[in-house]
Amino acid sequence: MKHLRLFAAILAGLLISAPVLAQQSGGTLKKIKDSNTIALGHRESSIPFSYYDDKQQVVGYSQELMQKVVDAVKAELKLANLQVKLTPVTSQNRIPLVQNGTVDIECGSTTNNTERQKQVAFSNTIFVIGTRLLVKQGSGIKDFADLAGKNVVTTAGTTSERLIRKMNEDKKLGMNIISAKDHGESFLTLETGRAVAFMMDDALLAGEMAKARRPADWLIVGQPQSREAYGCMLRRDDAPFKKLVDAALTRAMSSGEAERIYKKWFMSPIPPKGLNLNFPISEDVAKTFKNPNDKAFD
Amino acid sequence: MAEFDWSSIPGAWPFLWAGMQTTLEITVLAVAAGIVWGTLLAIMRMSDIRLLSWFAASYVNLFRSIPLVMVLLWFFLIVPALLESLFSTPRTSDTRLSSALVAFALFEAAYYAEIIRAGIQSVSRGQSAAALALGMSQSQTMRLVILPQAVSNMVPLLLTQGIILFQDTSLVYVSSLADFFGAAYKVGDRDGRLVELLLFAGAVYFAICFSASMLVKHFQKRAGS
Amino acid sequence: MGYHWNWGIFLAQVPSGGTSYLGWMLSGLMTTLALSLSAWIIALVIGSAMGVLRTVPNRWLSGIGALYVELFRNIPLLVQLFIWYFVLPELLPERLGNAYKEINPLLQQFTAAMICLGLFTGARVCEQVRSGIDSLPRGQRLAGLALGLSGPQTYRYVLLPMAFRIIVPPLTSEFLNIFKNSAVASTIGLLELAAQGRQLVDYTAQPYESFIAVTLTFMLLNALIMSLMHRLEARVRVPGQGGHHG
Repeated sequence: MKHLRLFAAILAGLLISAPVLAQQSGGTLKKIKDSNTIALGHRESSIPFSYYDDKQQVVGYSQELMQKVVDAVKAELKLANLQVKLTPVTSQNRIPLVQNGTVDIECGSTTNNTERQKQVAFSNTIFVIGTRLLVKQGSGIKDFADLAGKNVVTTAGTTSERLIRKMNEDKKLGMNIISAKDHGESFLTLETGRAVAFMMDDALLAGEMAKARRPADWLIVGQPQSREAYGCMLRRDDAPFKKLVDAALTRAMSSGEAERIYKKWFMSPIPPKGLNLNFPISEDVAKTFKNPNDKAFD
Repeated sequence: MAEFDWSSIPGAWPFLWAGMQTTLEITVLAVAAGIVWGTLLAIMRMSDIRLLSWFAASYVNLFRSIPLVMVLLWFFLIVPALLESLFSTPRTSDTRLSSALVAFALFEAAYYAEIIRAGIQSVSRGQSAAALALGMSQSQTMRLVILPQAVSNMVPLLLTQGIILFQDTSLVYVSSLADFFGAAYKVGDRDGRLVELLLFAGAVYFAICFSASMLVKHFQKRAGS
Repeated sequence: MGYHWNWGIFLAQVPSGGTSYLGWMLSGLMTTLALSLSAWIIALVIGSAMGVLRTVPNRWLSGIGALYVELFRNIPLLVQLFIWYFVLPELLPERLGNAYKEINPLLQQFTAAMICLGLFTGARVCEQVRSGIDSLPRGQRLAGLALGLSGPQTYRYVLLPMAFRIIVPPLTSEFLNIFKNSAVASTIGLLELAAQGRQLVDYTAQPYESFIAVTLTFMLLNALIMSLMHRLEARVRVPGQGGHHG
């Protein structure tokens, strides 16, 4: 039991030091300037938003928009040689990593909602999705009601995970819900037959389809369970940095640059397999480009 | 489904090799730091100063009672923020490698400390009594008489623990660090070839660890004869 | 902003309703216990059988034991777990594989983790059993045979009872290891204690409380098992062989 006492000492240290955390943050821009480094958080398999291509480079729609932000930071701070550090994040650790300062900004496939706004801040919306299901052709599953008593996979830490758990509880569907570590693992679970459906954001489902062995085997179905806005994640209460990020994104949207990037990732062949998602620009996304804002949808 | 497709592996070779280098880097640095810190802990634990021996014993018991996965998560998600607030150190951006290194070094030191303590205790008490009777100081006795013999007793165990550490480095998976296993997993995940890449990773680990443990055994036999 | 300590969070209801966060932690603890204990039974049975095989005077049989140990000791636990969970169902005959994949995923994760941990730890138990048997004087085996016991009877009545009493201390440390290693099962999505802790961080954004609670629970578990095993050790210690744990 001796080690318990040491632990108590560490615990006491934690209790005393934790409140100090807050006063340390001198603003993200100052931190970037002092270290001449910006720390970007990216995803590993959020196709086509942020993922590794066949050369293990981070690419994607959100990644390119994040690059616009980096350019704006460079110009604002007059740091031509600004170093960029990339840190891969998962759905489960992205919020703690932004909060604890490991990453300064994360543009991937993160939904801006009021619950998360209590923990982090969000930039202007960069994309809008609906949460739907990916199923095998001919599986007979057309909507959420068909999932009763079946195995369903979703990615841990996502809004879909909460939605489907709640639905399971509310409607007593008796689904077995598997929470996989990332979208790639979720799709593997679906592809190997462990689950009959994969619930996720529709654009990500299209991305997973594109890397399947036989893309034509898969189908996106179901009434969207939610409409959600993606934003880049920043630390809270850092108005100067948020203003700069928002301005960079607004500029890209009003200049038509964002639309060009959209077409590159959703309407043309993309790595790693050169498949075209054929995911035309939705009304919601078009509206966002016309009128950039940082409103959550819930 | 049982159609294997190994074509992902050759193209991903540079990435996998970089992962292996990370694995080796963590292993070597953590073994080195772990042995140094572990030796200090072992000496403290056997010291007559009660505070020191209490500290060393608590340290060893603490780290030996927590799963390595938890230790890695602590150091990845929580300790960096803590250090920042305690010492107001500027945060380096990619803390994954450094936090993994520190976590492994601190964790393994607890295990090395026990191996080293057992090694030192395996040298008979008569020897240290004899050295002291010859007029050597405590530290001379430790340095010139006890440690040289203790080391040769415990080298095989230290090496075996090194092989275990080499395997345990795969747990940095929890912080998305691309060590060898992480790299293999990422390639498999990206290409939808996880089954093939997992088998490949298993085979590589087996080949390396099996050869290494054979070498240790060989070494042990030669030292014993 | 600051960090808001909120230990009351454990009593809050989870968003999907039905239980509190404390309920999640307790169910995680139950999973950890069930997983570790069932894996330990596998490890003891397989480990003892293989350990005996390694000491029999038959090259083929002892070869099987050696193969088992080398295979399971030289591949990282995490890799073994992923192979059991992701790869093995694909290698099974298709109908069997599909049938397996349709059962409750929780059960799939649990069985994969249980078999994996059991066989992984079994390889270590095997080595302990072997060294226990090897440490007995040769005369004991010969005496057993001379008394007219068959080979298996010699093991059953003479060698194993002694060997097990000698190896209780190292087995204790393997038993403790199995609880710690069970945390690796969180990586395949099994909601054991460590995974519930991470889920709590994700849902509540209270990382300190959750990490401290999980860590403390593992430490208490460790201390509890250690004191139980010390009592067992004291009861079965072979007189004159007490110096085994220094």
